[in-house]
Amino acid sequence: MKEEIIIAGFGGQGVLSMGKILAYCAIMQDMEVTWMPSYGPEMRGGTANVSVILSDKKISSPIVTKFDTVIALNQQSLDKFESAVKPGGLLIYDPNGIVTPPTRTDISICKIDAINVAAKVGNSKVYNMAVMGAFLKMKPIVKSENIDKGLAKCIPARYADLISLNKAAIEEGMNAVEVIR
Amino acid sequence: MAEKILMKGNEAIAISAIRNGADGYFGYPITPQSEVMETLMKERPWLTTGMVVLQAESETSSINMVYGGACCGKKVMTSSSSPGISLMCEGLSYLAGAELPCVVVNCQRGGPGLGTIQPSQSDYNQCVKGGGHGDYNAIVLAPASAQDMYDFVDWGFDLAFKYRTPVIILADGIVGQMMEKVELRPEKPRMTKEELIKVAPWATYGKPADRPYNVITSLALESDVQERFNQKLAAKYEVIKENEVKYEEYQTEDAEYLFVAFGCSARICEAVVDQLREEGIKAGLLRPVTLFPFPSKRIQELSGQVKSMMSIELNLGQMVDDVKLAVNGAVPVGFYGRQGGIIYTPDEIAEAFKKFNNLK
Repeated sequence: MKEEIIIAGFGGQGVLSMGKILAYCAIMQDMEVTWMPSYGPEMRGGTANVSVILSDKKISSPIVTKFDTVIALNQQSLDKFESAVKPGGLLIYDPNGIVTPPTRTDISICKIDAINVAAKVGNSKVYNMAVMGAFLKMKPIVKSENIDKGLAKCIPARYADLISLNKAAIEEGMNAVEVIR
Repeated sequence: MAEKILMKGNEAIAISAIRNGADGYFGYPITPQSEVMETLMKERPWLTTGMVVLQAESETSSINMVYGGACCGKKVMTSSSSPGISLMCEGLSYLAGAELPCVVVNCQRGGPGLGTIQPSQSDYNQCVKGGGHGDYNAIVLAPASAQDMYDFVDWGFDLAFKYRTPVIILADGIVGQMMEKVELRPEKPRMTKEELIKVAPWATYGKPADRPYNVITSLALESDVQERFNQKLAAKYEVIKENEVKYEEYQTEDAEYLFVAFGCSARICEAVVDQLREEGIKAGLLRPVTLFPFPSKRIQELSGQVKSMMSIELNLGQMVDDVKLAVNGAVPVGFYGRQGGIIYTPDEIAEAFKKFNNLK
């Protein structure tokens, strides 16, 4: 099993942390991972993306240009990465602010209204966990108990009370994901 | 089983320095390696192991602080990225001239000049062939993963003290910025004064009454003294070449074509080898882990087995010269590279490979 993912959106949406948490969850079930950010003179509100590879075997190249899953959280990212989904792959996007929806017919496409999910859970900061929930619903790579362990690794002990909030966002995200095709 | 932690290559450098008993780190921030000092400042090792961490006012200053610490026989290090390493080159020459041990991490970015902050391997010639003035070499290690970054700090200090020489860890923006699983090895405490005297009897740790002064200098005004010193260094480099070469091979047993690549490029070439093998082309990869000493002997041996070699580098073609020297005309040696922080894809390399070898 090898899953090559890119998560792209605005800086501040939690794109990089979502990648990190996802990678940690995979480590908890003894998978190999790489997490490679687009780094540059970037800032809050600018674009941010991270490619994450999860694999049962040692990962050779951390640099990939075609992905099994593209997660696009704004129009720019959708425009840029829709063509980077492998044929038969998965595209997940957040419909908020999307004027031009995806058009490809050779891939699976899902929507996740993560702003709404985060609002429902009661904290806008767990937006990225709602998105991660949507991804894990579509690609159940990580077992539930390993999601708990991964979250515990990423959230400092002094914020332990936030684990349940993040878990709730993941679960709500799983419920809210909408398969288009 | 030891705990595995997800961390960036740069963070691994910092954590490894603390856990392997480094005495001091002196640095100045620069992308893409700023997380090294950031992590050290966050960990505050001065409260635990007693390791000193200091942000100097410039790279020139940091390398000279390293010089000072190394004179005292301390395990000291610095890190920077390409333009900062250029500023450190004078200091590196002095460290080599005074035969001082230290570890210097270069997380390369595109140049020349201020260049770009994206990954590059264009400091190969600078770091492997010298960089500073005078006849010298530093031992150069080329990490390809976050785990390498962690392990090479300890290995680097071992080599630095064994041979009294600067050791450069030649990383790049990818290896520095990428997060991977890192296994934390058992901790090593900082050296006690007794251990220091045993490991570094030449150091200026304080003069006892029963021995003459230890003098550390790179100045030898008399030509015959300087020449003797140069020849001593040359003899040391020969010993290093004989004993410390390290490389990794992938699918070379039956290889008809060989890629030579270091650092992040070696990882990408591994994917290219797999891709070509699926098409029935017997490709293999040699990854030099030490760039000085260079695995010339092994490359020469393989030149008797393969039809051609290709050096893949994120620069305009630097290591390829060393591959050509090792091969000495036995087989054609090609090159493919990208510059400016652009990273090649496996497909792109496979295409360049086929073009070079007239394969379809």
